[in-house]
Amino acid sequence: MGNVLVLAEVAEGKLRKTTHSAVTFARDAAAQLGGTYDILVIGAGVDGPAAEAAKLGAQKVLVADDASLENYLAETYAPTVAEVGKGYQVVVGTASPFGKDLLARVAGKLDAGYASDIVSLLPQENGKLTYKRPIYAGNAFVICQLESPVEIVSVRQSAFDPAAEGDGAAATEKVAVVGPSSALDRVSWVTFNSVKSERPELTEADVVIAGGRALKEQFYDILNPLADEFSAAIGASRAACDAGYCAPDLQIGQTGKIVAPGLYIAVGISGAIQHLAGMKSSKVIVAINKDEEAPIYQITDYGLVADLFKAVPEFTDKVKAARA
Amino acid sequence: MKILVPLKRVADPDNANKVKVPADGSKVDTAGLEWKANPFDEYALETALRLTEDGKAQKKRLGEIVVVTFGPKDTEATLRAALATGADRAIRVETDDDHIDGIIVAKALAKIVAEEKPDLVMLGKQQVDGDTNQVGQILAELLDWPMATFAGTVQEEDGGLLVGREVDGGQLDVRVKLPALVTVDLRVVNPTSVYSKVTDKSKFKYAEGVRFAPLPAIMKARKKPLAVKNLGDLVEDTALRVKYLRYEAPPERAAGVRVPDVDALVDKLKNEAKVL
Repeated sequence: MGNVLVLAEVAEGKLRKTTHSAVTFARDAAAQLGGTYDILVIGAGVDGPAAEAAKLGAQKVLVADDASLENYLAETYAPTVAEVGKGYQVVVGTASPFGKDLLARVAGKLDAGYASDIVSLLPQENGKLTYKRPIYAGNAFVICQLESPVEIVSVRQSAFDPAAEGDGAAATEKVAVVGPSSALDRVSWVTFNSVKSERPELTEADVVIAGGRALKEQFYDILNPLADEFSAAIGASRAACDAGYCAPDLQIGQTGKIVAPGLYIAVGISGAIQHLAGMKSSKVIVAINKDEEAPIYQITDYGLVADLFKAVPEFTDKVKAARA
Repeated sequence: MKILVPLKRVADPDNANKVKVPADGSKVDTAGLEWKANPFDEYALETALRLTEDGKAQKKRLGEIVVVTFGPKDTEATLRAALATGADRAIRVETDDDHIDGIIVAKALAKIVAEEKPDLVMLGKQQVDGDTNQVGQILAELLDWPMATFAGTVQEEDGGLLVGREVDGGQLDVRVKLPALVTVDLRVVNPTSVYSKVTDKSKFKYAEGVRFAPLPAIMKARKKPLAVKNLGDLVEDTALRVKYLRYEAPPERAAGVRVPDVDALVDKLKNEAKVL
């Protein structure tokens, strides 16, 4: 028997949806191990997120709440996560920037094996949890196991359906906050320059509209009306982010956001393999591009070769009419 | 400032769609692909170079850069290329990919840091072959050093760095005092992303991307020092924590149809895909 600990992610006083995907993994892993799963909510003033976490079917919700944890730094969070985590067989979080930053540091603290960004939990082999994770920008998968008393795992959010809230509420329990590592003396949180958006999160949206460098300064002028029509999230190619047409955290690809929405519309994106790695699990893929040789057409369900500055506004109007 | 830059060679990522997995799943076949430095590590090297120079007088070095790699003898080509772009010394740790994982690499690097005593370790946020994104964080923990991962901007200050981290929802600025560890993201090689203390950022912009070595520098790099170490001398416990059992090819995604115009596209989405 072994138990699983989920590392919850909190932002702006709420539980992030990333957490729900890690919970789905934890539920499956605990079932395989004949154990249970708990959720660790860590931060300052996190009663609200803890109450949200309590609805996700865990045995217990553990709360590490301290004013010193207000602004996230791995140097302050990792000692507590490691201390709580070492009582579990598996510690899991989601491969968001938060999870990727923190979980690897926790793995270092526990001298533990770390399987990052996994896309599925396979049936056990030789009595051990067995994970599948993408390598080479998703052009191959590796099946792996971890050989350490505590196993550290991060899940790819788009590959695990979010756990639904249930009726019951798990008991919450305060856990002691472990003092920061001495490295904290040499690091300080300065400021968070937040890019506000009213749109859904890229990794959670049912529809994603993604733009490339071809949109130039008209990136949002062209994409906003279409995204409004679908209540879609807006994403981008690396080239569009590098050129400054949109914020860096909109980048979809191997090392950016990984998305798998029901509908993905690529506008003026040629389709470098690094971009495809971030979106090729989408259910329906549409591309609108002037270049008929663009590699993106190798994976699109519906490709339209056209001048996007004309085709996208026309498409937006006609989608609106078709849905009226 | 003395900077240690770990580099990994990878099969050319722009040819990753030519990576093959044989039916028995025994390996990833990269035959025929060129080796090159992991792009994120090249960005780390470029960042280190910018931090150890005056942008306007790049030939005068203001610090030292030591590059390290893990692998068989032919990985020395990757180190020589780094020396040609401006790194000062190189270390190769003799090993092969099948016998190391993130923790082992981090432990070996921790030992090298103890010997070399750099002010800063600067590396890519992830390798584009294994895609694990962990060595930097584990190393920082083993050293008990502060870290700033996924750096998009790095500005040298007195005794430290101001680093802009690319995270969900925006940019998080953190300040680290040296010694520290930084892992870099893509946009760190933009023209105004990295400045040393002596480079006047109001008057100077870098060229986009990483620098290339001129021929004389490539010749000179052949004579720069390159030391070889054995993994076993650096790390006692070389048991793998992450065990790779086998490999799988991804499911094929067939190309769909071309539609002639917007009307046909809307029709397909409404009546065939049923997503409108």
